[in-house]
Amino acid sequence: MKFEKKNLLEFEKPLLELSEKLEKLTALAASGKMDMSEEIKMMEKRIELMRRDIFSKLTPLQTVQVSRHILRPTTLDYIQHIFENFVELHGDRYFGDDPSLVGGFAKLNGRSVTVIGHQKGKTTKENIARNFGMANPEGYRKALRIMRLAERYNKPIISLIDTPGAYPGIGGEERGQAEAIARNLREMAELTVPFIAVVTGEGGSGGALGIGMGNRVLMLEYAIYSVISPEGCASILFRNAARANEAAIAMKITAPDLLVLSVIDEIIKEPIGGAHNDPELASNYIKAAVIKQLDPLLSLSPRELIADRYNKYRKMGIFIEE
Amino acid sequence: MSIQEWFSRQKEEKEGTYQRERLDIPGNLWVKCFNCHAAIYSRDLEENLKVCPKCNYHFKLTARERLDQLLDEKKFKEIDPKIISRNFLNFTDSKSYTDRITEAMKKSGLNDAIITGLGKIGGIETALGVMDFSFMGGSMGSVVGEKVARLIELAVEKKIPVIIFSSSGGARMQEGIMSLMQMAKTSAALGRLRENSLPYISVITDPTTGGTTASFAMLGDINLAEPGALIGFAGPRVIEQTIRQKLPPGFQRSEYLLQHGMLDMVCERKKLKETLITLLGWFHEV
Repeated sequence: MKFEKKNLLEFEKPLLELSEKLEKLTALAASGKMDMSEEIKMMEKRIELMRRDIFSKLTPLQTVQVSRHILRPTTLDYIQHIFENFVELHGDRYFGDDPSLVGGFAKLNGRSVTVIGHQKGKTTKENIARNFGMANPEGYRKALRIMRLAERYNKPIISLIDTPGAYPGIGGEERGQAEAIARNLREMAELTVPFIAVVTGEGGSGGALGIGMGNRVLMLEYAIYSVISPEGCASILFRNAARANEAAIAMKITAPDLLVLSVIDEIIKEPIGGAHNDPELASNYIKAAVIKQLDPLLSLSPRELIADRYNKYRKMGIFIEE
Repeated sequence: MSIQEWFSRQKEEKEGTYQRERLDIPGNLWVKCFNCHAAIYSRDLEENLKVCPKCNYHFKLTARERLDQLLDEKKFKEIDPKIISRNFLNFTDSKSYTDRITEAMKKSGLNDAIITGLGKIGGIETALGVMDFSFMGGSMGSVVGEKVARLIELAVEKKIPVIIFSSSGGARMQEGIMSLMQMAKTSAALGRLRENSLPYISVITDPTTGGTTASFAMLGDINLAEPGALIGFAGPRVIEQTIRQKLPPGFQRSEYLLQHGMLDMVCERKKLKETLITLLGWFHEV
């Protein structure tokens, strides 16, 4: 196992030392002078244990870093592994095509489905082209168009969520960012087909929810889902963006916390060290979970599906009533 | 005092203008208009529905003032008055959320940022929700979401129209993700109302941003706003920081939204009641 320093997050750095030792051992073994196989095995074991240990103790803010990892698989990566015969559809039919939100037809285990999701890039160039996964109204309207299309032909919808949030810009405001999201919320509630949402990376506020009102909401182990970024919350409530750590803890944004609050239905585990270490394995986990959750929904009638979704969101909220 | 503190104090002083907007008329005979700075005799202001007689600036109204201005005989039957916010995340920033709720209750005389209930406008029974910015910036947490959802469900049951007056900074961060989920809850409820062909008039007042705009405020069969109200998804400061350029004049104000097709009309406060009666009368043919 070889680590590239630039791809390691700050808290993973202790792994570097061990991996350097491992490299030396491997080089020694390669020279053929000594049998190092035992030592190499031991060292690999130590690395794996350390990695497990680090990832079992992630703080919420460290989880945020994993969810935003530059190498984290994007929606199109997952689509490639999870689905077959993906055909991307473009455009909202009103204004344009938003590259930060993708969607289209696909087959899931041979079954026709539609898939939508936010699209980030992995390089600066890609990220600029994808607007860092921050959609404009066109993106939300395209998503709705595809969801309505799915409904008309009775195909399930799978949405993959990974966005810092809906884009806060002049054009977006002029073209009704708020209206686009609000309309999606109202219409998603009325969809007559099964709808599974998976938070794969960053679940950034209304921008995430705008395609996220599934009958079931699943979440990857190191994904986050939050009403505002920890930095944003810290700068507003704590008057200091540097206090993001406290904000991340306070807001309860990790998968285990959201499961306790019943905002999500299932946590999908990730490969050791996060999804980017093995995108294919991560995809397999997602695929299995989606199929498992989708199955019972397929036998529900349109009316039951709507009621199921309505009741799910109707119940959300914690308050005191005298 | 460090340089940083000095700067932040300056900033606070600047932002103070916003604080002062919360009008505390009792005891003050004269009020200064925040827009044209004219001195107005407070009784004149009250009589003019809290609109500056000189420049037409619309001061914020409390929820009670709003109801008094609109309802027939000022009669209102409040529903769910006793739903109260709970600090279920144990959230504490500079103060605990529990303390913030208690303070907001004391300051506003309300239990949360919205009052809901039934009343007649022009003789037509209507389900009304009125937000109050003085309660934690009109932020939407579980209580606001629940009261809005119950109001809409009651309207479906009684087959009556819904009018909601929004004035809100958006989701209430102290309730974390649960505040976000209120957007889903309220929008889903509005879907039911629509399915039942019952009208919903959204009256947007200054300011309405964030999760409130991106849910029930923008979903009216009729979207109507008071003049000069700030209405948007992202707040202007966030946008400026993101795009690093100055915003065009009038950006995110009612008139700008009307121009961009997001509103049916901008309606002055003194014409609001008759406008609502006309609209309700179109739906409700006797």
